[in-house]
Amino acid sequence: MGLLSKKDTKLILDPLSDDNPITIQVLGICSALAITAQLKPSIVMAVSVIFVLGIGNVVISLMRNIIPSKIRIIVQLIVVATLVIIVDLILKAFAYELSKELSVFIGLIITNCIIMGRFEAFALGNGPWRSFLDGVGNALGYGVILIVVGFFRELLGSGTLFGFKVLGDSVEKTGLYAIGYENNGFMVLPPMALIVVGIIIWVQRSRNKALIEDH
Amino acid sequence: MGLKQSLHTLKEKYKGQKMAPAFNALHTFLYTPNEITHDGTHIKVVDDLKRTMNTVIMAMVPCLIFGMFNAGYQHYLAIGEINAVSSGFFSSEFWQWSNLVFGAWKVLPLVLVSYGVGLAVEFLFAVIKGHEVEEGYLVTGMLVPLIVPVDIPLWMLTIAVVFGVVIGKEVFGGTGMNILNPALTIRAFLFFAYPTWMSGDKVWVAGAQERANELAAGMKVDSISGETILGSLAQNKSMGYELWDMFYGFIPGSVGETSTVLILIGALILIFSKIASWRIMLSAVIGAVVMGLIFNGVVDAGWINSGSGFYGLMSTPYWNHLMIGGLAFGIVFMATDPVTGSQTNKGKWIYGFFIGFLSIMIRVFNPAYPEGVMLAILLMNVFAPTIDHYVVEGNIKRRLNRLKVKNV
Repeated sequence: MGLLSKKDTKLILDPLSDDNPITIQVLGICSALAITAQLKPSIVMAVSVIFVLGIGNVVISLMRNIIPSKIRIIVQLIVVATLVIIVDLILKAFAYELSKELSVFIGLIITNCIIMGRFEAFALGNGPWRSFLDGVGNALGYGVILIVVGFFRELLGSGTLFGFKVLGDSVEKTGLYAIGYENNGFMVLPPMALIVVGIIIWVQRSRNKALIEDH
Repeated sequence: MGLKQSLHTLKEKYKGQKMAPAFNALHTFLYTPNEITHDGTHIKVVDDLKRTMNTVIMAMVPCLIFGMFNAGYQHYLAIGEINAVSSGFFSSEFWQWSNLVFGAWKVLPLVLVSYGVGLAVEFLFAVIKGHEVEEGYLVTGMLVPLIVPVDIPLWMLTIAVVFGVVIGKEVFGGTGMNILNPALTIRAFLFFAYPTWMSGDKVWVAGAQERANELAAGMKVDSISGETILGSLAQNKSMGYELWDMFYGFIPGSVGETSTVLILIGALILIFSKIASWRIMLSAVIGAVVMGLIFNGVVDAGWINSGSGFYGLMSTPYWNHLMIGGLAFGIVFMATDPVTGSQTNKGKWIYGFFIGFLSIMIRVFNPAYPEGVMLAILLMNVFAPTIDHYVVEGNIKRRLNRLKVKNV
């Protein structure tokens, strides 16, 4: 047996595919739509959520036996708020431009359903190590979708990746733009993010028929 | 062996195989099938879905042909080779071969791309899903070239058609299951994705964009200004066209939407063949008139002065609003789509009224979205099932009440 047992590996890998928080549980959609117009904010957001959810799950798991169940939501909120403020301050100190770009959405990690959902559904009933793995796994699953959506939206919407002009210069008409290509302005708008997420869900479900609910 | 027979043979040969739906569709599109239902009583009607759709296409053909003439006319007028029309609808300046040839050169590729790409997607989905090819794209394919600017690049149209057919229709289950009108989905996609090609003063007249590029490059040519009436009005400029020009359609605009008189002929065809609902058309016109009257009233009451950004469009007489932009075309050919519109009679009145009402409201209050009718129809498409639901519920409630009174 290696570092992770089979059960532990499942905690990390399941949310990446068949139990993805965005495409299967359809949680955390708001931020997925709001900040994925570019790849860089998507990645920063993904890393922030991995940090908050990983640590948060451990903290809640450690406290799970002493939290009175009547006030557990408040306790969870305090934990996640503390972690979000740490992330926010770190970003403001070391990546001010980026933090301005992400504006309220770092603060809004607090309201990200995935986080409260994992606290409630997992950390309150499991040990710290497994909770940590579960937190990181779910945040990774969230992050992967963010990055995929961000990749397509930035590439097709702005013709860049991480700000590099991979398709040529749209103003000076070089590269693809020289033959008449133009950026798709719809990709930059949030509705298109919803459609891209929808297409990912479509692809995923047609590859794995077991995911299709039958009504 | 005639074409019909060979198609039939092909169909039989591929029966039960992957490509079967494609051959079947070709066969039934061109001919009535050889075989009939073998048992039970059945009624044979000729006007099936394909005939219905063909009638709609026939009703649009005058607009298409006029659109070709108009594309040439606007182009040659802009570069100063011909004079403006002077003698009514049958002006010789307009009905010229050179106009038609130039227009056909510009418009036919749009038609071909629209049908080619759209039907390819339909065939592909039919083969993948293993069902029969649905004929829903026949009308959409004709609508699309009529509602885009003549200079739209073909690759953009291709992407938009694929998007519209897949996301607007196939994901909901294909023909008859879609929430939004596919043709308008395609147009809305183009509008938001490539706004510089769908609005402004450079896209409505063929060649305007190239001319602007030549000017920018320092060549000594006259610029082409092809602003639409809505564009001028939104900037508080006078519209610069006679009322009859607007009614006949000698104005810049999307390919097939300019001629109100031909749209009215199309409307009559649709109403008399009982394909489109006159309730929707009438109530949409009423809605537009009501909103227009409200705005005219605001101007008359002096609540808004000529310095306001809304003045130009608000002071436009309500009956002018009916003739400019795509309002008439949208009301006649797209609001009446039986799939995405309301089904109940009372619902149709409400649905139509709000299409007209909201079109004018969007047009006036948001000059960035001059084509209010597109957004209004899409919005009401979304609400149509809700409207129907409440109409049906209300009906049930009323009849229940009647029942109660009797029982007491």
